[in-house]
Amino acid sequence: MELTYQSLRTFADSWGLLYMFVIFVIAVLWTFRPGSKKHSEDAARIPFKED
Amino acid sequence: MRHATAAIVCGLATLMAFIAVGFGQDDQFRSHMWVLVLVMGLATIVLMRRVQFAPAGQRFAKVEVDQNAYMDDVIRYGVIATTIWGVVGFLVGVIAASQLAWPVLNVEPWFNFGRLRPVHTSAVIFAFGGNALICTAFYVVQRTCRARLWGGNLAWFVFWGYQLFIVMAATGYVLGITQSREYAEPEWYVDLWLTLVWVAFLAVFLGTLIKRKEPHIYVANWFFLSFIVTVAMLHLVNGLSMPASLLGSKSYSAFSGVQDALTQWWYGHNAVGFFLTAGFLGMMYYFVPKQANRPVYSYRLSIIHFWGLIFLYIWAGPHHLHYTALPDWAQTLGMVFSIMLWMPSWGGMINGLMTLSGAWDKVRTDPILRMMVISLAFYGMSTFEGPMMSIKSVNSLSHYTDWTIGHVHSGALGWNGMITFGALYFLVPKLWNRTRLYSMRMVNWHFWLATLGIVVYAAVMWVSGITQGLMWREYDSQGYLVYSFAESIAAMHPYYVMRVFGGLLYLSGGLIMAYNLYMTVCGKLRDEVPMGDSSPVSGELKAAGPAE
Repeated sequence: MELTYQSLRTFADSWGLLYMFVIFVIAVLWTFRPGSKKHSEDAARIPFKED
Repeated sequence: MRHATAAIVCGLATLMAFIAVGFGQDDQFRSHMWVLVLVMGLATIVLMRRVQFAPAGQRFAKVEVDQNAYMDDVIRYGVIATTIWGVVGFLVGVIAASQLAWPVLNVEPWFNFGRLRPVHTSAVIFAFGGNALICTAFYVVQRTCRARLWGGNLAWFVFWGYQLFIVMAATGYVLGITQSREYAEPEWYVDLWLTLVWVAFLAVFLGTLIKRKEPHIYVANWFFLSFIVTVAMLHLVNGLSMPASLLGSKSYSAFSGVQDALTQWWYGHNAVGFFLTAGFLGMMYYFVPKQANRPVYSYRLSIIHFWGLIFLYIWAGPHHLHYTALPDWAQTLGMVFSIMLWMPSWGGMINGLMTLSGAWDKVRTDPILRMMVISLAFYGMSTFEGPMMSIKSVNSLSHYTDWTIGHVHSGALGWNGMITFGALYFLVPKLWNRTRLYSMRMVNWHFWLATLGIVVYAAVMWVSGITQGLMWREYDSQGYLVYSFAESIAAMHPYYVMRVFGGLLYLSGGLIMAYNLYMTVCGKLRDEVPMGDSSPVSGELKAAGPAE
């Protein structure tokens, strides 16, 4: 495939968009995985471990 | 010999700058190199006076640095630099505002509005904001990783290198050296220097993260890291240019036309997104929980809105180019992403504010916490206003008017300024080991002066901006424009005078802060009635409450 502006654009607004969206969805799902509540409550207390 | 290497490097730099004066291709470059000779020469003298020689035939014992202790000296310098640059930046802002109200104040050629405006924007964003970000990033990453800064004296290079960047940028603007790119005015050689400093900053931050003792990387560090990495990327692409001469002050952008415009606003808007938002959210996620003494409301919300910001912000830049030569689809894309940004932005605001749930009474007695709350409120307001202004039909009224200036200032003075003041008030007693600040009442004065200043500024700019927008688009029945451009300028005069007043309020708050912090560093405590105490001032002072 010849690398033109149009081909880059078409790639970006199809596969590129899908790729980023899927990564975002995975990040969100991972944040809400079972058992994450305990983990995140611990993490929120990190600033209070010292000082 | 201690400090010897640094002294030799600075001396060589002075010599190189002197040679550059001799071979410089244009007057401005030669003047700029004279500035560099002066700065590096002074640095060399200061360093040489600090060089210590071991007695003949002996060597200094290697200085043992306690690797378990935090590296706080560089943060103390950063706090002082932030305070000083803040006051300087606000002052230049008031001067620039006065120049718009009374054109006679334009002292040509060095101190006219065109040259002082970038001095103001760079002083507040990069000198005040940048120093605040660097020193709080160093503070937070050490505390939340429970590790000393990586790289030893590299952190000092970051600090002093960044100050040199600021001095070279500001003196360049006054001399008329600019590449005319919004928020990226310094010319190619200053840009290269900043690149070096920034890579060192990234190395110190990443190195500390890597050697952390805490298994989880606290969310504030995510924001700081995204800020450092993204600003590096933006700076490199936006700064792509070809110097006309390696010993000259002029360069030409690698892009032209609308591509250049889009590159500039891709940079410009993400400077807002990653410098003024992500970096300051990093500050917020440490200092608000610490000051409220409660963990952040929802840690998972902080992760979600972090990724939301990262994925959305980078596309919002085209909203600065509505109704230009930029393709229509790109304008619409910028608009849509800007509106979507509203959600992650408010995610951050809600998370910050809800951290206080169950502790709202503290806002009554703790003016530092009050400052942080108002900063989050302004963050919420300006991240609502921004997406609204990015809508094309709203933008057709607001673009190129003072409304934009008002919007920027409600974000910058309200969100960035207030959260930085809060962080400084938190940091100074901790870093200098004082029981409390010199005066909490003065913090309260600062709070009200700054808040009133922003309200005056933003409200006045709304009125003047909408007036401008309406005057520019007013047609008569014959299809002619009703007002000339000069008439719209004349109509602005009263608003510009009021804006100077708002700026003066904000500046005086900054001066009170500088005095308060100075006295705190000196170890003084002001004899005053504690905040939230309604007993008359003439009554005996109540026993001092527990140290905060």
